[in-house]
Amino acid sequence: MRIAIASGKGGTGKTLVATNLAWMLARDGVETVYVDCDVEAPNGQLFLHPDHLVSERVSQPLAALSTPTCSGCGECQRFCAFNAILALGDKVLVFPELCHACGGCMRVCPEGVLKEIPRETGTVIMGRARQVTFLAGRLDVGEPRAAPVIEAVLAAAPRTGVVVVDAPPGTSCSAVAAVRGADHVVLVTEPTPFGLHDLELAVEMCRSVGARLSAVINRSDLGDAPVRSYLLRENIPIVAEIPFDRTLSTAYAAGELAARQSVPLRRELGRLAEALMAQHAEAA
Amino acid sequence: MKTIAFISGKGGTGKTSLVGAFAHLAAPVVLADCDVDAANLALLLPGKVVYEEPFFAGELAAINPDRCACCGLCAQACRFDAIRDLGTTFAVDPLACEGCRVCAHVCEFDAVELMPNEAGVVQRIESKCGPLVRAELRPAQSNSGKMVTRVRTLAREQAEAGGYGLVLLDGPPGIGCPVHATLANVDLAVVVTEPTPSGRHDLERALTLLDRFELPGRVIVNKADLSPSMTNRVTQLAVSRGIGVVGRLPFTEAAPWGLAQGRTLLDVEVLRHRLTDIWERLTAAVENQPRSAPSVPLVRDVAGC
Repeated sequence: MRIAIASGKGGTGKTLVATNLAWMLARDGVETVYVDCDVEAPNGQLFLHPDHLVSERVSQPLAALSTPTCSGCGECQRFCAFNAILALGDKVLVFPELCHACGGCMRVCPEGVLKEIPRETGTVIMGRARQVTFLAGRLDVGEPRAAPVIEAVLAAAPRTGVVVVDAPPGTSCSAVAAVRGADHVVLVTEPTPFGLHDLELAVEMCRSVGARLSAVINRSDLGDAPVRSYLLRENIPIVAEIPFDRTLSTAYAAGELAARQSVPLRRELGRLAEALMAQHAEAA
Repeated sequence: MKTIAFISGKGGTGKTSLVGAFAHLAAPVVLADCDVDAANLALLLPGKVVYEEPFFAGELAAINPDRCACCGLCAQACRFDAIRDLGTTFAVDPLACEGCRVCAHVCEFDAVELMPNEAGVVQRIESKCGPLVRAELRPAQSNSGKMVTRVRTLAREQAEAGGYGLVLLDGPPGIGCPVHATLANVDLAVVVTEPTPSGRHDLERALTLLDRFELPGRVIVNKADLSPSMTNRVTQLAVSRGIGVVGRLPFTEAAPWGLAQGRTLLDVEVLRHRLTDIWERLTAAVENQPRSAPSVPLVRDVAGC
């Protein structure tokens, strides 16, 4: 079963929920995999402290000339939907940040002088955090496209057990890449106007990928936006509510798993784990 | 005209709340919400929509089932795993399609059509602090970098037409394509961080990005009292990169409550004078910043990923 922890708004507590949930599931004897798909800001490692780390570079194909010159017909430039190619006389200039690696330019080149060379854009890290199998994607700083690194880390994850995906914020391509294929999406939100606005967008995004939804309200006692009534209306169960707690912040600041220390957090995430495992059993 | 961008790396550090407060100190000013995935600035600065345009993010392929011969060439050629075999026809998954047109190129039966992909709207609001340009990207769309570029273009036009001296950009989290589009050719980038391991880690990546783009930066440490030791570590990191910390703000429960009731951070007593001090430092920094063309070409100025 794959569970994605997503949000819409950033900083609502996805990593807090994902890392502590993975730790609690593994502690209860569930085979658990944690996959950090927030490849622009991958922070799970700072709390799970995995060891036995190995890493693999992620590369994407990039168009390039295989001969020093070409006829300069410009077919490749005309075909490219991403404005990534400039045909200048007998040279071809490819902007790597814009290339989507669709392979179209090679198909249309009448002389067949374009080839693809691998271009590294990130890293997949694998290790163990006690009983949790740990994976994380890291986008190289300066690279624009996160989705291929997200796809690479998800492809590297084991298919067995419970896979907890720590998704990036937002509702566009990288968030979609992380929640696609999830059986269940847990949306972490906060009861502020920002939290509610972005939750609505995230719900719409998740429904378009067809996952089952539930919600966790973080800092549930701060703010008063009508997040609960919205979730009720949308028929999305609230499986946990985490009140604001300075001791949680302190544990978080120290890079510790807050559920180790906080009984309320353990209780709330325990409810989440139970709900998820019940669904898992039902599906099996 | 000067442009200041607020970014963070990590989400939820307080970018939008801060931009909302600085907007009041800078007014009249042009504002641009560049977090098009989760555009929240207008919740703090609401106003009448005075202009709106559709935003097209390239094209999406669609297969005409009447023409599809089920040869499967398109599915083989698609690099994005966007074409499904439905038995009697093939169909495009619009969430996976990137509009590259390769399927249309390989189809021998002329069964693939490309349609303009209306991915959202860009609009201008008359807020009480000045024109606010924002966008709504429909959920599950791509091309948010390109949309940010469009938001910035409209904001610049607005500033030029109205004789405004300053544009404030409320940026997205992360360090990827929409952040690059937000940073292209700004005069100053302000990184808002928080004293947590995540905040520090993501600040480091954001500062590396600024370095890569040769942009001058400043750092604001928000919620600084939640961990004084981590606040010191975050400060040391910024200083070691030659980036000044222009201020620290304490966490206060009054902030989320106030925002929930439509107030700004300036209404919070413990924050007001600190915000005013930070704003003075930022305006001084941007005014003393010599405008130099970056040596790193930013192609997203013209395109956007």
